[in-house]
Amino acid sequence: MKIVIPSALRSYTENGTTEASGATLAAVLTDLDQRYAGIRFRMVDEQDRIRRHIRVFVNGEQVRELSHPLKPTDEVIIVQALSGG
Amino acid sequence: MAHNTSKSVVLMVATRKGAWLFHGSEARHAWRIDGPHFLGHVISHLVLDPRDGRTLLAAAKTGHLGPTVFRSTDLGATWKEATQPPAFSKAPEGTKGRAVDHTFWLTPGRATEPNVWYAGTSPQGLFRSEDGGMTWKPFSSINDDPQYREWMGTVQDGTPDGPKLHSIILDPRDPAHLYFAMSGGGVHESLDGGRKWSPLLKGLDVVEGFDRSQPTFHDPHCIRICPSNPDRLYQQNHCGIYRLDRPSDQWVRIGRNMPKPVGDIGFPLVVHPRDADRAWVFPMDGTSVWPRTSPEGRPAVYATRDAGGTWQRLDAGLPREQAWWTVKRQAMTADASDPVGLYFGTTSGELWMGHDEGSEWTCIARHLPEIYAVEAGELR
Repeated sequence: MKIVIPSALRSYTENGTTEASGATLAAVLTDLDQRYAGIRFRMVDEQDRIRRHIRVFVNGEQVRELSHPLKPTDEVIIVQALSGG
Repeated sequence: MAHNTSKSVVLMVATRKGAWLFHGSEARHAWRIDGPHFLGHVISHLVLDPRDGRTLLAAAKTGHLGPTVFRSTDLGATWKEATQPPAFSKAPEGTKGRAVDHTFWLTPGRATEPNVWYAGTSPQGLFRSEDGGMTWKPFSSINDDPQYREWMGTVQDGTPDGPKLHSIILDPRDPAHLYFAMSGGGVHESLDGGRKWSPLLKGLDVVEGFDRSQPTFHDPHCIRICPSNPDRLYQQNHCGIYRLDRPSDQWVRIGRNMPKPVGDIGFPLVVHPRDADRAWVFPMDGTSVWPRTSPEGRPAVYATRDAGGTWQRLDAGLPREQAWWTVKRQAMTADASDPVGLYFGTTSGELWMGHDEGSEWTCIARHLPEIYAVEAGELR
């Protein structure tokens, strides 16, 4: 599926969009990390919590749980939220 | 008689918005700037590996992204990210685990431990790498030890940008002997390679009204071991300046000998590379609401040449008035040249050098971001 990558993470992907697959958000992020080593830990902490200033939207709806199911036709947008000056 | 025996000194400057290297000329009167590296990243510590004089490790995060560590083996020309940065163990289902907010402190291993590095994090955690900083694992049991977790307190108990484990010190003579400090949580020592740790708190003051027997109320800001005499440690604490001469376990408050109007509150402390009687501090205003500025807006370094018996003010070349910046705990250091050069970076983004052990200060750079750490190394 299509994954939209925020500017802060393009040092990993080199592009604003990329592809990844998986039946859940957790699986998609694991797949992303296999393609771009280290990218998952910048977004998700060691307790599997999405980091404070990262937001994930699936087809325009915000998703807060890594267990959220995904379909191959879904579009995942990862956003860097405001974090101060 | 001092001789100008300066190897090629490089300064590693870590800031809230990136990192810079400053390469000194042979006389250390001119500096070539290299940077920014990691522009926009919060760099808590940038350290040159003294075992090869080429490898750098940087503790990094950004406002949005989680923490990581970068490694360069070519003095910053290229960087490689850790594949497994410092991270706490995953908590059992149904319990709330901790997450590393940022790696705060990096200590290279001993000369006899190639590729070993130690890291201290916020919130307090102790980590070790055996592959040059590419993968990190929790070191010893303190990260999950119930007693240590109690002494660490909660995130709300720590400093404004999070409680920290810092001052990871390796006894160069004994591979089993280590120290670390926690703000808050006190000073701790291991004699068995990090398997067991004990508080090292005798003689240290705490804020009035609190129980000094409890490590959680202790706030060591910076601990240094003397390279010329590893039995001697100095400490800048939230409550004073101290010296410890082993095998004694009794800290002595040498800050009582500081001028009373200045006091003995501050964050950084630097020791002389060859003379264990010499050390330097940068006092700050710790009165009333703790402004954490230079006292009266007149910044100065204070030096001792007799192990804390007396202190001398060193402010030649520094602003005489209305200078309200201060220096964080990792942002002051010394090189190993003769005569020794002192360096500090300010919260207002200025990098200063104190020539000849701080007798004359000059500003190396202005207009950098807020400086978090300054280290001096020698290139090979």
